[in-house]
Formats: sequence, structure tokens, C-alpha cells
Amino acid sequence: MPVAETRVVSKFLRERPDDSWTLAAALENGTYSTLDTLFDRAPEDIVKLVTDSGLRGRGGAGFGTGQKWSFLPKDVYPRYLAVNGDEGEPSTFKDHMLVEGDPHQLIEGIVIASYAIQTHQAFVYLRGEFALGAERLAAALADAYARGFVGKNIKGSGYDLEIVLHRGAGCYIAGDETGLLSSLEGERAMPRIKPPFPAVQGVYAAPTIVNNIETLSTVPHILRNGAEWYAAMGVNRSKGTRLFSVSGHVERPGNYEIELGITFRDLIEGLAGGVAGGRKLGFFIPGGASSPWLLEEHLDAPLDMDYVQSELSATTMLGSGAVMVYDDTVDPLLVAWRIAKFFAHESCGKCTPCREGSGWLEKVLYRMLHGHGRPEDLDLMLGFGNNLAPGLGWPPGMTTICQLGPSTMSPVVSLNRFWRDEIIERMSRDTERRSAIPVKAGA
Amino acid sequence: MAFTPANLDLARDIIARYPHKKSATLPLLHLAQDQDGWVTPEAMEEIAELLDLTPAVVLGTCSFYTMFKRAPIGKLIVSVCTNVSCLVNRGPELLEHLAQRYADDPDVFVEEVECIAACDLAPVIQVNYEFHGPLTNDAADHLVDEYKSGARVARSISGSPR
Repeated sequence: MPVAETRVVSKFLRERPDDSWTLAAALENGTYSTLDTLFDRAPEDIVKLVTDSGLRGRGGAGFGTGQKWSFLPKDVYPRYLAVNGDEGEPSTFKDHMLVEGDPHQLIEGIVIASYAIQTHQAFVYLRGEFALGAERLAAALADAYARGFVGKNIKGSGYDLEIVLHRGAGCYIAGDETGLLSSLEGERAMPRIKPPFPAVQGVYAAPTIVNNIETLSTVPHILRNGAEWYAAMGVNRSKGTRLFSVSGHVERPGNYEIELGITFRDLIEGLAGGVAGGRKLGFFIPGGASSPWLLEEHLDAPLDMDYVQSELSATTMLGSGAVMVYDDTVDPLLVAWRIAKFFAHESCGKCTPCREGSGWLEKVLYRMLHGHGRPEDLDLMLGFGNNLAPGLGWPPGMTTICQLGPSTMSPVVSLNRFWRDEIIERMSRDTERRSAIPVKAGA
Repeated sequence: MAFTPANLDLARDIIARYPHKKSATLPLLHLAQDQDGWVTPEAMEEIAELLDLTPAVVLGTCSFYTMFKRAPIGKLIVSVCTNVSCLVNRGPELLEHLAQRYADDPDVFVEEVECIAACDLAPVIQVNYEFHGPLTNDAADHLVDEYKSGARVARSISGSPR
């Protein structure tokens, strides 16, 4: 049976591709209608509703959204909502689409979440490079203020909410929740030690909830249709629908919103049209550059956040929902090196294992890729990498403040899992070839 | 250069949005870059004064973020992605081509960037933070030349609407 998308957050922007971001179109679609009855309900009811729906964060960590909201300490004010729109995980492009295509849906979600956690100030931290997204969100915010959906005394409820759009300026680690808070405070986006968790001490040392754009865009639909409706979709503890960004060597790269529980095969071969040009699958990365890789034999694994992390033979994660597909002509070492280069560039430099380790991984992978590797290089990386991602499995242990450190090892762990013998043999050949080059004295 | 009177007013508006002044650092750096085409030392000093910080603190933050340029880069910034999806979709070739073509052009600054979250358009580039892709080398040349000639209106150097 052919697989189909189950569109919830992406439904409207797909239906009205020419003007879905305008207020007029949004109002025709019924966006903001939840605000008519929202304020009749107790904030705790909204938290419970979202908890019951089983919605988990769509940024990467997959923490229960309602549960996160309930961690706020009682009676501590002010408190804040920070919306994480710093989408930077390589090959993820869903929030980009949501903020450009349906900013009013996001604003509606922000109002609901803000009311649920009883904050009067929300910040949207939007990736600096999203110029059109920032333009559309700013325009949508201005319209929402003018209509009284945001601002003082929303819908005559007596509830006030200010939403500030804050543009980033080019930095991957601002997408980490505590890195984002540092950046929002006007500092280098360096992550902070937890605890204290942001819900206790976040931005300006006040209780702060950080939620991803896709997560908040989902909330209005849960309010409209009920927790049971949402929880009825999906599988096990992976409820509802989720956007997957599929790219690389596929016929139809793009964002696909699917009910969790379908398989990687459904997603890659069904929705994305299979490997480009009818070629053979080499390997694929299931959840952004931070996640360990998978092979053809894993295609029938379900898109279930917990399954891939605990039961799959090669443990990994669904992460940010970014699936990168490579055909069998791609050298895994090339991809491993490029990811290492990315992490070395984006390491903020705060924790020694990551600052030093990410750079050394890049250097060693570079020489391996370019014919200067040694047979022991793989074990060399696994050796010092064990200080970066203790245990070298998934989820790895931590020696750094944030997940960037251990994530740098995912490509190397994958090389070792799937191509260990091949790589050692290739490095031996390269070493022999080099030793056959005569060295002339004085040359 | 110092903020123009209009931009100084805007800067004060921006500062007032935040519970703590320091949060305005990034927005003010964007504003200064939009005005001058890059972030000048004088701008960082003025921002420091507006936010009750030292210039060194502002420089420390500014230098952490790739979008802030602390030297003049011309009118157009062409950001070419070579990350994991563009890597296997000609991104590196496109970068080399554009870097070579505009090497001596003072108006066009070509840079390699990390994933810009538009992998469905691979190989993707941004011109002053407007997305374009997928592009052949020729299509990219044509596009940048259109921006140069004014046939396409570019955003500001920090991506603000024009």
C-alpha cells in the first residue's frame, strides 16, 4: 500500500502555497480560533491536555512538552518562553518551512503555550540566515498585535503577552537550549551546565521554557482536536505526526509530515521516491549530522524515537527528523570528514574534550580521506573519542556540557560499525603506497 | 561610523524590547552592519556605550557569530553551502567556481557556509540571505550578475528587507 503523508502542521501551507503566511489567509483557515475559548480554561488544564496528547519536543531531544511545562517552579515570576528557531542541524529544514509558510500558526501556538505556563513575555530566537522567515514572522506579529491576538488584554481576557522576534547571527550551538539562552542574553552562545535546568533558571536566571518551532506549531491543533485525537496517531511513546526532512540522493527531496511509526523505507522509497537515478542505497543518516548512521538492512525500522535508540541493532536517534540519503558511490570517509569539519567549526570552545577533540577528528579524517591515513587511525580516533563520547554507543556518555561533544563521534562510530575491515585495509594500502615512494636525500 | 539619528532612535526602540539591555547586542550589531556594510570598531564602541558594556565585550560577542563581518566585504554576500547534502550535490564545485569567478570583484564576497537549512534545494546558496537553488554554475553566475546589475533587488548585507 502506498504511504501517504498525514498533514497537520504542514497542511495549510501546502494547501495555500501562494499566501499561507498572510493574516487574511490564516483567518480564513481558522487560525487563532482557539483563542476564543483558551482563556476560559485554567492554565493547568492546557498543560495537562498537552501532556495527555503525548507530544514530545521536535527539536531533537524528544522530551515531553507538557511535562517540560510542568517543571516550572510554582509562583516564581517573571518567567519566559523562548522559542527555538535556530534550526542548524545539518540537513534539517522543517522549521524553515514552517516559519516562512505558516507564521500565524506558530504565533497561535506561542500564545497558547505562554498562557499555559503563565508568562507574559516570549522570545522567538530565529536563525539569522532566515531572512524571509524573519520578514514574514515580523509582519505576522505586527498583524497579530493589530488584531489583538497578541499584546495587552488578549481577547478581553485580561491576559497580556509580548512576543519579541530575536534574530540570531550565524551559529549552530545557539540551537542548544542553554546556548540559545546565552545568545539571547547578548553573549557568545555557549551552553551552560545543567542543573539548574532552564525551567528553573533560564534566561536572566528566571524560569524559562524552551520549545522548538514545530512543537509549538502543533499545539493549536491539539487544543482544537483534543489530546485523544493526537495520541491516537503514532506508535508507542512516539505520538502524533512529525515532519521529516529528506535530502541527499533521493528523487524527491523535501519535507514530509508523517504519522510516527511508518518505516524508513516508507519515507525514503515511498514518499521521497527512492535513491536518485534508481541507484543503490549506500547508507543513510537518520536524524541529522549528530546521529549515528544506518544501512539498507535498517530500512524497515519504524520511525519510533525509542525504538531506534534502544532496540535497533545499530543504536541511533531520530534527532531533528532529518534523513540524509547517500547512494553507493559515496565514500563514507568523505561524509565523515565533512561532518567532523562541521563540528570542529561549530564547537564553541567551552569544554576541552570537544574543542580539542573535534579538531583532531577533522585532521585525522582528512588525512585518511586523502591517502595519508594509517591502519591504526580508526582506533586512534576511537581511543581519544572515548573521552568525547564515553561508551561510543548511542546515547553516549557525556564529558561536555552539551550534546555537540559526543555527537562529533557519531560518524566515526558508524565507520567502525560498518566498514572497519575495509577502512583498515584501505589505510594499509595507502601506507604501503606511500612507503614505495623513494625519498631522495637533499631533494 | 556612528548610528544615524534615525538608526539611533531605532536602536533605543530595540533596547526597550528587552528586560535587560545586553540582550540587544545581536540586534544592534545587525543594525550597524546594515548601515555601514560591516561592523566597524566605532559601531562596537557605540553599541557598548548604549548597552553599558565595554567595547571588548561587544567585540567578544560579535566575533563569535559568522554573520558579522569585521572588515568591508562589498555589497553582496554569496553564501555557498557545502555541508552534508550539498556535499553530494555539487556544492563544493559550485563554491570553487563562484570563488574563482568573483575573486577580484570588490562588490561580491563569496564564502563557504555550514548547512543553511534548505537541503531540498541542494546545491543551495544565499545571496544576502535570500535562498536560491538548486543551481548550476551558469545559473549561479547569472543570478549573482542580476543582483549586481540591480535587475534583482538584494536584501541588506545582514538580510534585512530592502
